[in-house]
Amino acid sequence: MKYLQGIYKIIEKTALSETCFSFVIDCPEVAKISKAGQFVHILPKGKFLRRPISICQIDYEKGTLRIVFEIRGEGTQELSELNIGDDIDMIAPCGNGFEIFDNAKKIVLVGGGIGTPPMLGLSDIYKEKATAICGFRNKDAVILENDFLSNNTNTIICTDDGSYGIKGFVTDSLKAECEKGDVDLICACGPTPMLKAVSAIAQENNIECFVSLEERMGCGIGACLVCACKTKDENGEKMSHVCKNGPVFNAKEVVL
Amino acid sequence: MADLSVKVAGVEFKNPVIAASGCFGYGHEYEELFDLSKLGGISVKGTTLTRRDGNIPPRIAETPSGMLNSVGLQNPGIDYFIEKELPYLLKKDTVIIANIAGSSIEEYIEVAEKLNDTSVHMIEMNISCPNVKKGGAGFGTSCDMAASVTKAVRKATNKPLCVKLTPNVTSIAEIAKAVEAEGADAVSLINTLLGMRIDTRTRRPILHNNVGGLSGPAVLPVAVRMVWEVRNAVDIDIIGMGGISKGNDAAEIMLAGADAVQVGAALFNDPFACVRIVDELEKWCEVNKVDKLSDISGGVVTW
Ligand SMILES: Cc1cc2nc3c(=O)[nH]c(=O)nc-3n(C[C@H](O)[C@H](O)[C@H](O)COP(=O)(O)OP(=O)(O)OC[C@H]3O[C@@H](n4cnc5c(N)ncnc54)[C@H](O)[C@@H]3O)c2cc1C
Ligand SMILES: Cc1cc2nc3c(=O)[nH]c(=O)nc-3n(C[C@H](O)[C@H](O)[C@H](O)COP(=O)(O)O)c2cc1C
Ligand code: FES
Repeated sequence: MKYLQGIYKIIEKTALSETCFSFVIDCPEVAKISKAGQFVHILPKGKFLRRPISICQIDYEKGTLRIVFEIRGEGTQELSELNIGDDIDMIAPCGNGFEIFDNAKKIVLVGGGIGTPPMLGLSDIYKEKATAICGFRNKDAVILENDFLSNNTNTIICTDDGSYGIKGFVTDSLKAECEKGDVDLICACGPTPMLKAVSAIAQENNIECFVSLEERMGCGIGACLVCACKTKDENGEKMSHVCKNGPVFNAKEVVL
Repeated sequence: MADLSVKVAGVEFKNPVIAASGCFGYGHEYEELFDLSKLGGISVKGTTLTRRDGNIPPRIAETPSGMLNSVGLQNPGIDYFIEKELPYLLKKDTVIIANIAGSSIEEYIEVAEKLNDTSVHMIEMNISCPNVKKGGAGFGTSCDMAASVTKAVRKATNKPLCVKLTPNVTSIAEIAKAVEAEGADAVSLINTLLGMRIDTRTRRPILHNNVGGLSGPAVLPVAVRMVWEVRNAVDIDIIGMGGISKGNDAAEIMLAGADAVQVGAALFNDPFACVRIVDELEKWCEVNKVDKLSDISGGVVTW
């Protein structure tokens, strides 16, 4: 475990939709030690608590991190108003990222809405070995499709209302992929009901599955114990902490 | 350079800044960022007789200039603490304070007794916990209950005993007097103030526990007032806390009567808050021509 706190510069800003933004942050010392699935803990100006945002992409050569976030409340609103050249205060990289399986031949990445960004970091690693199944409310909410495609990752977009891609839930497409029988790893991030369904499908098909969880946070590093989630092992159930023991957990270990 | 050292209940601290209980774990996480020996002391996570899993999340809600928490005393239990965490902490060249909690007087006694054979420097007894045997009212909310638990633990321990007071009472000074009379060496205050936040869209409280404890900058003036009231009521030492996020806040609470301070929620905003406050206190002394910081304790000149 290693993280830093510092003030870094935003060097790129893109609006991906009306409410969704992408920043590239210049932070060589942080990028060097970051892994897909970890998060940054950002302090919006004027707020008391920091906001956890997943690392979306890491450029080890340029020493930059990309984050993608949606406006959900005052803190993310404040962040969305920052521009290129502005400073951003963060503790990073936080938590444990995704374990990378070099031998995996077919990996399915499941992203639900704003849970999609960390899946792109895995697409950067697994490239054409990965199939991304990403679900959104409607056409306007779809993000990062071209980024997945440029990695030659097979990309399936689902929308709740059918206004783009396949109409329906990511879990229907996931089931279809699993039935093909060659999937050996599933990684997922999104709302808890989705993660629950994904875990169940993985278990039925006996496929290794990792999920990235969300919980409200204080310190972001494991000291205050506010971000609890229930996990289980051979000794029974206990409380783990999303910021330190996660946000990525083996689906078998977490009680959703 | 000014002398920042202070003495509380006979224990020497190199500076008055102590990391507050529940906000600093057992130090490992913040140690990644700075050397623990820079702190005056560490009050560790509240520890009970046996393991507690705490409340169902969400356990935190943001508030204007602060936060609510409803962790519910999650901790691995006193035996684990003594065996696995304390020996490491005691090597860190800073004062280690064991924060203890219980749901009956017997539990407080047993936890305190277990610490007798350790080298922990001080006990901070959190009496904000509900007394299960007496219908769940907090030990710290009545003079009688506060007095009886202090009396019992005073007998059980050979360590300097600091009693941590809850602000959720009519007169905190009366409670302070009651614990002083039963042999407390110091009091620490304030614990969190009871609060609540509601998500107006879902109409649900943000905390799963519905209510939780308020801390952070928002509570500073309440803490200053309560420290001042307690300073005027008792002779024992005071550790002041509640909303401290800057050197000036620490000086303010010391002027109100505190001999040392604790810093909690501010750490979540700035993980370096404690060490920054030590630096800022040093500058404060320089600017205000103070040679020995402990001289300012209780130095407020009231109207
Ligand atoms: C590990 C992790 C990774 C995340 N990654 C991303 C990401 O890549 N992109 C993205 O858009 N969002 C992500 N989120 C969710 C993001 O943290 C929240 O949307 C954000 O904190 C909301 O802040 P706000 O001030 O806009 O909302 P408000 O509701 O005003 O926030 C009030 C408080 O509640 C907390 N809070 C509210 N919603 C959430 C939530 N869903 N999860 C955690 N805390 C919350 C805030 O941090 C703040 O402390 C992630 C959350 C976690 C835990
Ligand atoms: C997340 C959290 C956990 C806490 N846990 C404890 C605890 O276990 N025991 C205790 O005596 N006080 C606990 N407190 C209270 C703090 O030690 C402190 O009294 C209070 O937060 C006021 O200080 P602050 O405003 O600097 O945070 C906790 C506070 C927070 C924010
Ligand atoms: S946010 Fe403090 S322990 Fe996770």
